[in-house]
Amino acid sequence: MFNLKKDSISHRAQVSGISPEHKDYLHRVRMEKIFVRVIQLLIFCTALLLWEICANAKIVDPFITSQPSRVLKTMIRLYVDGVLFQHIGITCLEAIVGFVLGTVLGTLIAIMLWWSEFLCKVLEPYLVVLNSLPKIALGPVFIVWIGAGPAAIIVMTLAISLIVTVLEVLNGFLTIDQEKIKLVQTFGGTKFQVLTKVLLPASYPTFINALKINVGLSWVGVIVGEFLVSKAGLGYLIVYGGQVFKLDLVMTSVIILGVAATVMYQGVVYLEKMLVKNKT
Amino acid sequence: MKPVVEVHNVGMKYQSLNGEITALDNINFSVNDGEFVSIVGPSGCGKSTLLSIISGLIFSTSGTVFLSGEKVMGTSPKIGYMLQKDHLFNWRTIYQNVMLGLEIRKNVTRSTKEHAIKLLRTYGLYEFKDKYPNQLSGGMRQRVALIRTLVTDPQILLLDEAFSALDFQTRLVVNDDIYDIIKKENKTALLVTHDISESISMADRVVLLSKRPGTVKNIYEINLNCDNRTPLSSRETPEFRYYFQEIWKGLDVHV
Repeated sequence: MFNLKKDSISHRAQVSGISPEHKDYLHRVRMEKIFVRVIQLLIFCTALLLWEICANAKIVDPFITSQPSRVLKTMIRLYVDGVLFQHIGITCLEAIVGFVLGTVLGTLIAIMLWWSEFLCKVLEPYLVVLNSLPKIALGPVFIVWIGAGPAAIIVMTLAISLIVTVLEVLNGFLTIDQEKIKLVQTFGGTKFQVLTKVLLPASYPTFINALKINVGLSWVGVIVGEFLVSKAGLGYLIVYGGQVFKLDLVMTSVIILGVAATVMYQGVVYLEKMLVKNKT
Repeated sequence: MKPVVEVHNVGMKYQSLNGEITALDNINFSVNDGEFVSIVGPSGCGKSTLLSIISGLIFSTSGTVFLSGEKVMGTSPKIGYMLQKDHLFNWRTIYQNVMLGLEIRKNVTRSTKEHAIKLLRTYGLYEFKDKYPNQLSGGMRQRVALIRTLVTDPQILLLDEAFSALDFQTRLVVNDDIYDIIKKENKTALLVTHDISESISMADRVVLLSKRPGTVKNIYEINLNCDNRTPLSSRETPEFRYYFQEIWKGLDVHV
């Protein structure tokens, strides 16, 4: 039984002398990976090219559909005007603040609800209603209460991601093996120690999951907020572009938005990888 | 000899909306210093409830439990509890897992750290101390769980079906292993199990509980004729079968 570890090591050593079959297999795996990448790139280029050609040949009206070269021009013009990064910056800042606040506050509320079963029972119907309610409907309320500006947008973002986080994290807490909690109690552990020694570390996959969901939700919140009220930001550019029929501006903003949201999501994935590496 | 654990007229009733369930009724027995006692009974007879009561995790609805003459009023550092599974925390290294109890009791000092290292070294786990639990075999994990309990230096070990999550072969080896450690460290042990062979092979005495509501049906003194007794060699003694038959009859199992 105690040789198990050594056995597996010697087994691995045997494998490290690569057989032709294994080499062949590795080669096939690598080729497939490259093939997938090439096709992906091909689809992307073809789509852009088709879009450009169709617009130039007036098959589609570039005034309505815009076209890649116009998007590029718009981007450059925004950059030259010095407002490109201002718009991106404001939107990203609102998204990140909303995202972090939503996750932290959501977790704190989930801890409170776990701590007091009574509170959890009392608040349950309210949580159900708040969870079902389309939070966007609260937009005008926030604007009137908080005033038109980034603060209202952040609150909008928070409203969208908060309840989901609370329910997700609380559910994570409740599915943790009761025996692990009992183990801490057999050592005379307090409720606070159960929280810090078991619940929080064991909920680590739940947190990552909540983060991933919140990345998407916070972008929804920010854009909706900017649609309703703002003087700057990507959502503002989209709405403004739509109102004055500048589809170039709308398309440009949507594309930038797509890139920014992906970068933020990948950031969370990267964070997860970093943390996992440290844990196992 | 003065008993370390005294269970005195203990009864336990559970309340639910559908009524009242009597899990344990008037339980009396005691465990002497250095003794190994097994509790066997059919499933659902309240064996685990009894251990939880002795450990002070829950309170009986009647009767009292004394540890070295003191009434149990809550969890006590005198007691080490081993659960059915090892419940090692995946996010902690072996060493950090072993230190869990000391951290909770706020007793991480130089000497307790040294004690932990010494135990890991004695029981062949020192070289794994910076590994994570998923890198260890089931038997080794159980051994780590025992060290996690031993490092808090309890007088009495409560083993709650501590081997039932292991496959049979591993279980026989771990039985020997843990028995050996418990005897070396000179601990008193109370094992709850539904496995008759296991209970006889490890114990000096076997307490047989009846179906719910659990009561003490009989207590068997296990006297086996063998030198250097281990759980495995116990199974080979002629008396083993006799005790098995007796307890089997006493269990009165109907399917």
